[in-house]
Amino acid sequence: MKLSTKLLAATAMISASAASAVELEVTHWWTSGGEAAAVSKFADAWNATGNTWLDGAIAGSGGTARPIIISRIIGGDPMGATQMNHGRQAEELIEAGMMLDLSDVAEAGGWKDIVNPSALLDSCTLDGKIFCVPVNIHSGQWIWLSHAAYETAGVPVPTDWNEFVASAPKLQAAGILPLAMGQQGWQQNLAFGAITIAVAGTEAWREVTVNKNADVARGPEYTAVFEAVANARELARGSNVQDWNQATNMVITGTAGAQLMGDWAQGEFAVAEQVEGVDYSCLPGLGLNEVLDTGGDAFYFPLNDDPEITAAQKELAALLISPEVQVSFNLAKGSLPVRGDIDMSSANGCMQKGLGILADGGILPSGDQALSADTQTQIEDLMAQFWSGDMAAADAQESYAELIANAD
Amino acid sequence: MTVASDPPLRTAKRPSRLFKNLMAKIASIPMILTALVVFVGGTTWTVVYSFTGSRMLPKTNWVGLDQYERLWNSDRWIISIKNLGIYGGCSMILTLVLGFCLAACLDRKIRFESAFRTIFLYPFALSFVVTGLAWQWILNPEFGLQSVVRGWGWETFTFNPINDPDTVIFGLLIAGLWQGTGLIMCIMLAGLRGIDDDIWNAAKVDGIGTVKTYVVVIIPMMRPVFITALVLIASGIIKLYDLVVAQTGGGPGLASEVPAKYVIEFMFRAQNLGQGFAASTMMLLSVVIILIPWAYLEFGGRKNG
Repeated sequence: MKLSTKLLAATAMISASAASAVELEVTHWWTSGGEAAAVSKFADAWNATGNTWLDGAIAGSGGTARPIIISRIIGGDPMGATQMNHGRQAEELIEAGMMLDLSDVAEAGGWKDIVNPSALLDSCTLDGKIFCVPVNIHSGQWIWLSHAAYETAGVPVPTDWNEFVASAPKLQAAGILPLAMGQQGWQQNLAFGAITIAVAGTEAWREVTVNKNADVARGPEYTAVFEAVANARELARGSNVQDWNQATNMVITGTAGAQLMGDWAQGEFAVAEQVEGVDYSCLPGLGLNEVLDTGGDAFYFPLNDDPEITAAQKELAALLISPEVQVSFNLAKGSLPVRGDIDMSSANGCMQKGLGILADGGILPSGDQALSADTQTQIEDLMAQFWSGDMAAADAQESYAELIANAD
Repeated sequence: MTVASDPPLRTAKRPSRLFKNLMAKIASIPMILTALVVFVGGTTWTVVYSFTGSRMLPKTNWVGLDQYERLWNSDRWIISIKNLGIYGGCSMILTLVLGFCLAACLDRKIRFESAFRTIFLYPFALSFVVTGLAWQWILNPEFGLQSVVRGWGWETFTFNPINDPDTVIFGLLIAGLWQGTGLIMCIMLAGLRGIDDDIWNAAKVDGIGTVKTYVVVIIPMMRPVFITALVLIASGIIKLYDLVVAQTGGGPGLASEVPAKYVIEFMFRAQNLGQGFAASTMMLLSVVIILIPWAYLEFGGRKNG
């Protein structure tokens, strides 16, 4: 080999390695303490590969961040990668051909075999092509109970929803609010969903939410649900807090007996240095139906003209689902990993319960996966109205059935 | 003016009207284009797409009046309209009355006038978000006004408007008035300063009382000022959004929802552009229904007269 060729080859190698160090902007709405710690695990892993993670955190909830993210993609200023809730939020963007097809990465990584539950991958799939990487599972069907409150009231900590309802008068007699509830539609809708699965069971729930069967929504199972929710509404009267973590704080301090909230509430207990089983208890599926929905977060990669960035996007996609990153990220986030083949033994009691349910296959699609954002908003509005006023259970049921009949 | 009233003096051929003030016309072309493309064009586009079933992205699948039917069957929209009516009516009357009274007080040549003027105008310098948050705290029963008064010994004092669905709109109104009255006061004060002292002297000579002078003489003379104030207040009312988001988030339940919030949430959170467009078209329509007859009376009449 001649010297000049050698030099050329060397230059080519240098430029190749320089080219692989790509700066990718990643947008997400993980800004609370625990969430930021979790996202830094991704950033560290990505920076360790020699690339650069440009953090594009958008403060506020998903409701604030999503419009910003979507308008950037539509407006022709796509970021390298972005968080979304997997489900139907990005459906139209995919249909409009604005998202990168990850099928080859998925095939190379064998995602079909490792992602558990497989429904997660289905909600990333459109026309047989895969467009997102699921990174974690968050479920909403949990009740969090304050041991301190029950000690004050002198009753044992309930082990399911029925016991909780029965114990409520004792709590009230001791001056404790039985149920803490943030006055926001999504929280009230989450509580409604959790009670539905506990009271009506998964069959009826699936028939209504997935198959949009309005007759079942008008039927006796759902009548029982709406009566239970109306009852829960009375137990939460006087809960004037807004944000979910303020409501969780009422459980932590023992001024409220319980809260219906997703598994992310765990982070608040951890920050307050409370111990599961000693200071608080968690009951998945409200202790009645031990099933969890598989909502959560996924990363999408907007289509880009630059082949260098496209290559980096695929590299990042493979990294996010790799075993080490999954473990470190989910331990920090307090969420469940998307693959069943990794060691999560260092997770705490509540997470272990969740992992056990996942392993047994007690899973349901999340509302985000089953219903469009439009229908979700309408149901949240109905729940906000129902929980904060005096709407009769039967009226709410009829309005709900109407929404389900028109759902898409 | 003199040229127009005195044409025979001109010997040269009169230039075409089109080229009169040519430079000024060229200079205003960008603004005219902006107005046409952005305002008229954007509005037309919105109205047209409100007849489609657009979801996250605009599409042209025509659905006729479906979006409007759904809109008027929605509890949330009806509540929003009612809230806007209550807020708008009260805000319009109270801002005008309070603004004028404050201005009249300041106009009585009191001491420290500029200090008072600054104090009253200060809230206007704050954004609605800050105003909303501040009043959310002030009206919070646990550490706001209620607990302060109770701390003074009045144990049964209850003032908790924003957690009660029936009164929450008045909680918003208090914050809105606090913020908006200062500006109206300043406009009114400017109007009052524009009234010639001779008018006051003449009223004094005729032996008309101060209050009566204000009501019978001064207020009719300030008609243009009142119209300016009215337009400012009305536009503030119809776009009411950030105050609600910051102060109540539309709650409790849906009790403090407003139309602008409905538009934003359906366009972006619910990813249903068609529904959002239909709602914004209704907002436009309501403005047009009020504005056109008024503008006709106000400006059309003068031209004829």
